[in-house]
Amino acid sequence: MPKTSELTGVPRIVVNDIRKTFVLRHTHSFKEAFIAWLRRKKLTTVFSALDDVSFTIGEGESVALLGYNGSGKSTLLKLISGVLRPNGGMVLTRGRVAGLIEVGAGFHPDLSGRENVYLNAAILGMTRKEVDANFDRIVEFAEIGEFIDTEVKHYSSGMFVRLAFSVAIHTELDILLVDEVLAVGDAPFREKCKAKIAELSSQNKTMLVVSHDLDMVAELCQRGIVLERGRKVYDGDVKTAIGEMISRGSSK
Amino acid sequence: MTGSQPTDVAGFSVPGRSRGLLDVFGYRYLLRLLVRKGILTRYHGSVLGWTWSYVKPAAQFIVFYLVFGIFLDLNRGIPGFPVYLFSGIIVINLFNEAFSNATKSIVDNAPLVKKIFLPRELFPVATVIVAFVHFLPQVLILLLVCLWVGWAPTWIGIAGILLGALIVVIISTGLGLLFGAVNVSFRDAQNFVELVLLFATWTSPVLYSWTMVRDTVPAWVLEIYMLNPLTAAVELFHEGFWLPTISEAVERPDSLWLNAFLALGLAIVLLFVGQFAFRRLEGRFAQDL
Repeated sequence: MPKTSELTGVPRIVVNDIRKTFVLRHTHSFKEAFIAWLRRKKLTTVFSALDDVSFTIGEGESVALLGYNGSGKSTLLKLISGVLRPNGGMVLTRGRVAGLIEVGAGFHPDLSGRENVYLNAAILGMTRKEVDANFDRIVEFAEIGEFIDTEVKHYSSGMFVRLAFSVAIHTELDILLVDEVLAVGDAPFREKCKAKIAELSSQNKTMLVVSHDLDMVAELCQRGIVLERGRKVYDGDVKTAIGEMISRGSSK
Repeated sequence: MTGSQPTDVAGFSVPGRSRGLLDVFGYRYLLRLLVRKGILTRYHGSVLGWTWSYVKPAAQFIVFYLVFGIFLDLNRGIPGFPVYLFSGIIVINLFNEAFSNATKSIVDNAPLVKKIFLPRELFPVATVIVAFVHFLPQVLILLLVCLWVGWAPTWIGIAGILLGALIVVIISTGLGLLFGAVNVSFRDAQNFVELVLLFATWTSPVLYSWTMVRDTVPAWVLEIYMLNPLTAAVELFHEGFWLPTISEAVERPDSLWLNAFLALGLAIVLLFVGQFAFRRLEGRFAQDL
């Protein structure tokens, strides 16, 4: 069982024997389903995305989820954020969870930057007061300036991503889930994001990071959990975890 | 369950668990913003903007009035036919818009549903509210016309109007939850809903009078016909808007109010059914979209 969390008291995230299977349906309409049923064809195939994964993450820990594509990292993040539900086992979280999961999901191109900030902050669980208090910081961080009242569809892709990221990062939270979003923006902005995440980490926020940028992961996290085809194969120091993942990848 | 289990789960929550429609009240602020978004983006990029909300029902009214009032000569059979027609049309318009938009709401918000956990009931509820806001300009037009032809409103008539609108809003939320959830896995749902709406338009006494139904069908069919909650809502609008504008004696349905409350009951049952189905299917939303 995980050792790190035992030192930090009450955990923030508990994942217990979690199992997630996807039922892949081969039919997408009543007609197809009916025809397939008549011909006694298989309507579905079951695919196991996560199998018996358990770990505990304590307060203030920064943990990297490592693994190659298809290992179940994003599924695991979605289970923790509540978008998906497990088929077996249990996920528990304590405090407000915010996901930097594909930022900008709630942006509407026809609304102004300002409207989008309020809408997305509310989607991420902020109250009006919290947004009002943070609004200037959000705009400043995104370097949007006077374009804040322009419709988002006129933004460059960089501006769009910066604003979306800025809203997400200013959400008041206890647990931050980061999924590949740090690959966005230009180099200076990436550095800024990294600094912001490090700052959150120093404020004792709990973080769970999925990224293929191993250097960055090694920098931001202390602990790494390696997944391979839906199973946990390593849990411990992040540098060892990265080494473990690479050696498993090359021995395949 | 095996493995270690925390002995103290106080303060912990299970991600992705919601209390359904009840949670929508907890997310009032977000609901307000979603409604605002729906209203702001509705006529985005059009010059006339919300004027379309007046132009469209007006055009619809003119077409129906020409065809049914003049060519089919219902003008003579139903006194004050224009008001009769329009007060029914707006009920059906509210139902059509609320129901069909709610059905599409989950699929339309796919990026959000897939990425971020929110009580998903927010989306159908927000679209129904937007449809209701869109319904208000039509009420305003009707009100002006009624005042112009000499409307003497009664308290009971106004209560009828409010009850009718309430029935339609509850039914479209219930059906919208049901079909919106089904639509995630089977996009046939939205086409099926179009059929339902077609029936709804023609099987409620909007373009003709309920007496014409009574005179042609057996009594038990009429019973069923009058139990249709939309019929009840349309008749309530007739009671509130049309009846006080005419001086002729007309035949009104016998148990208008009884049917209205039955319709309200049915609407509430549908709301529970919709919510139940929605919660059963909700677990699949993120993976099926």
